[in-house]
Amino acid sequence: MTVSADGQTNGKSGDVIISARGIVNGFGDRVIHDHIDLDVKRGEVMGLVGGSGTGKSVLLRSIIGLNRPKEGSIKVFGHEIADADNISMRALQMRWGVLFQEGALFSSQTVAENIQVPLREYTKMSQTLMNEIASMKLSMVGLPEDTAKKYPSELSGGMKKRAGLARALALDPELLFLDEPTAGLDPISATNFDVLVRDLQKSLGLTVLMVTHDIDTLRATTDRIAVLVDKKIKVGTIAELRKDDNPWIKEYFSGARGRAALDS
Amino acid sequence: MVSLSDVRPVEERAWFKTERRDNVLRFVVGGDWTLPEAPRLDPKLRALDLAKISEAEIDGKELDKLDSAGAWLLLRTKRALEDGGAKVRSFVIPETYGPLFGTLEREHKAPPTEESSRPPFLYRVGRGFMHAVNQGYEMLGYLGRVTVETVETIGPQKQLRWKAFIHQVEETGINALPIVGLLSFLIGVVLAYQGADQLRRFGAEIFTINLLGVSILREVGGLITAIIIAGRSGSAFTAQIGTMRVNEEIDAMQTIGLNTVDVLVLPRIAGLVVALPFLTFFSDFMGMVGGAVMCYFDLGITFPTFLRQLQGAITVDTFMVGMVKAPVFAFVIGLVGCFEGLKVERNAESVGRLTTRSVVESIFLIIVLDAGFSIMFSILGI
Repeated sequence: MTVSADGQTNGKSGDVIISARGIVNGFGDRVIHDHIDLDVKRGEVMGLVGGSGTGKSVLLRSIIGLNRPKEGSIKVFGHEIADADNISMRALQMRWGVLFQEGALFSSQTVAENIQVPLREYTKMSQTLMNEIASMKLSMVGLPEDTAKKYPSELSGGMKKRAGLARALALDPELLFLDEPTAGLDPISATNFDVLVRDLQKSLGLTVLMVTHDIDTLRATTDRIAVLVDKKIKVGTIAELRKDDNPWIKEYFSGARGRAALDS
Repeated sequence: MVSLSDVRPVEERAWFKTERRDNVLRFVVGGDWTLPEAPRLDPKLRALDLAKISEAEIDGKELDKLDSAGAWLLLRTKRALEDGGAKVRSFVIPETYGPLFGTLEREHKAPPTEESSRPPFLYRVGRGFMHAVNQGYEMLGYLGRVTVETVETIGPQKQLRWKAFIHQVEETGINALPIVGLLSFLIGVVLAYQGADQLRRFGAEIFTINLLGVSILREVGGLITAIIIAGRSGSAFTAQIGTMRVNEEIDAMQTIGLNTVDVLVLPRIAGLVVALPFLTFFSDFMGMVGGAVMCYFDLGITFPTFLRQLQGAITVDTFMVGMVKAPVFAFVIGLVGCFEGLKVERNAESVGRLTTRSVVESIFLIIVLDAGFSIMFSILGI
């Protein structure tokens, strides 16, 4: 389906797209990741959970190259992030999209212009086609047509996230990173967002890595879950993790909220 | 410069062909219908003549790849056929891409809106004018509010926030001493040099000192200080208050019951009104020192001679005329800086735009006021 930078077709699902080995991260003397490994396969939706301060966002930022880990290697599409020079980094960046927590829309541009930023930077298409594509992306993420001309300050929190998702999808990436996509949304919007992510994943064949606290989202969208606990990581499906005897994981999946979400 | 087609090389170039028999069109597509190919396909698809077609078949069996950009182009062509009155009787694409195309067709209904054209010239002139009038009106309202609140702080129920006030005096006054001093010194040097050059022709070099004394004390000292401070502190006021506005800190203050004028505006204006006269005095002094140094090197006028001549040239009135303007300039800089800061909207660009506007407006008002003062003094005969 898709082609990597070196021209090889690697469309098979099941290939490892993100491979992290022996990651160590920390601030000062405080270690938050102690030699952790993580593999994300093509075509899967991977959830990343953990208590506050366990370094979910730090791990995400390490993978997308915003934050250099103290030790360890991270390969995305087979390319080592730490060794990537500007050109190969940009090549990688064109193949993934990132949705930040608050959407991180450029506040001085309209929503349509925001979506067109990657298109304008990396392709040579006419303004008309860019407008059409922006409008199409907006409808894909379920925003009304008139959103295109609005500025981010005129949007609600949920709409900003959707617009941010539309921008992340602008270049039809193979890999999508979502940082707490449903945090701060009302339950109905959150459910809609889950359905949206799953739909897009199916129709575009995306691989998704999402940081989330929301156990409903985990149940509705993810194939596997990575739990950051005690500076280490544990990966499994919900069913597998529910049998885990780590106290935090037990509490997370079997506490009142977890049970309500999972048994419904 | 990396472009998308370098990263995702196209294996099979996208192609399409049309076969037309009478009123029946067969539209066959194949290859990679993906984003890197979209710019090339777009104009060709747009140029298709789809008139007078009653039935159409779209055949995408040979598609190798389809992403959302390609799907959009396909959907757009299909819609163009349907809008032209054609009936699309068959539509085939590889099964893998069914969900993508389905989602797109289901979700995307409204046709994209055209870019709104630039409004006519006269409209823009009118809008600009009304904006300026409105700005003046709002500023007047704000002046009123600040005045009322200032008067209230004199009364028993309210007090100036002294800590913030002292901080502002330090920030806008003491910390500005080096730059104000240096620039005033240089202005003194320049004035003395230019004055001496002209007056030498009449053998009246000694009057360079009169020129220096009157121009620096009456006009230049106050003006240069006010302009430096407008650029230095006026912009800082707007940016500080504006950033607080972006972060919703101003809203938070209001909900806690803090009065923004009390907390943010009055200490800043009061601090500046106190600091600027001192800075002006310092600027006058440094300007005269610069002039004296230049007179010594250029004209050989010794320091005692300089002082004696200066004493004859200026009066206390000359000095006071310059000083009396300083608090007024300070008030204008503070008022405009805070006013523009509070008008910032919740985006990064507006902080920058209003900061620029705040500096330009304060400098404009300072010079206009200075002209006003000159007229007033000349009528009063000072």
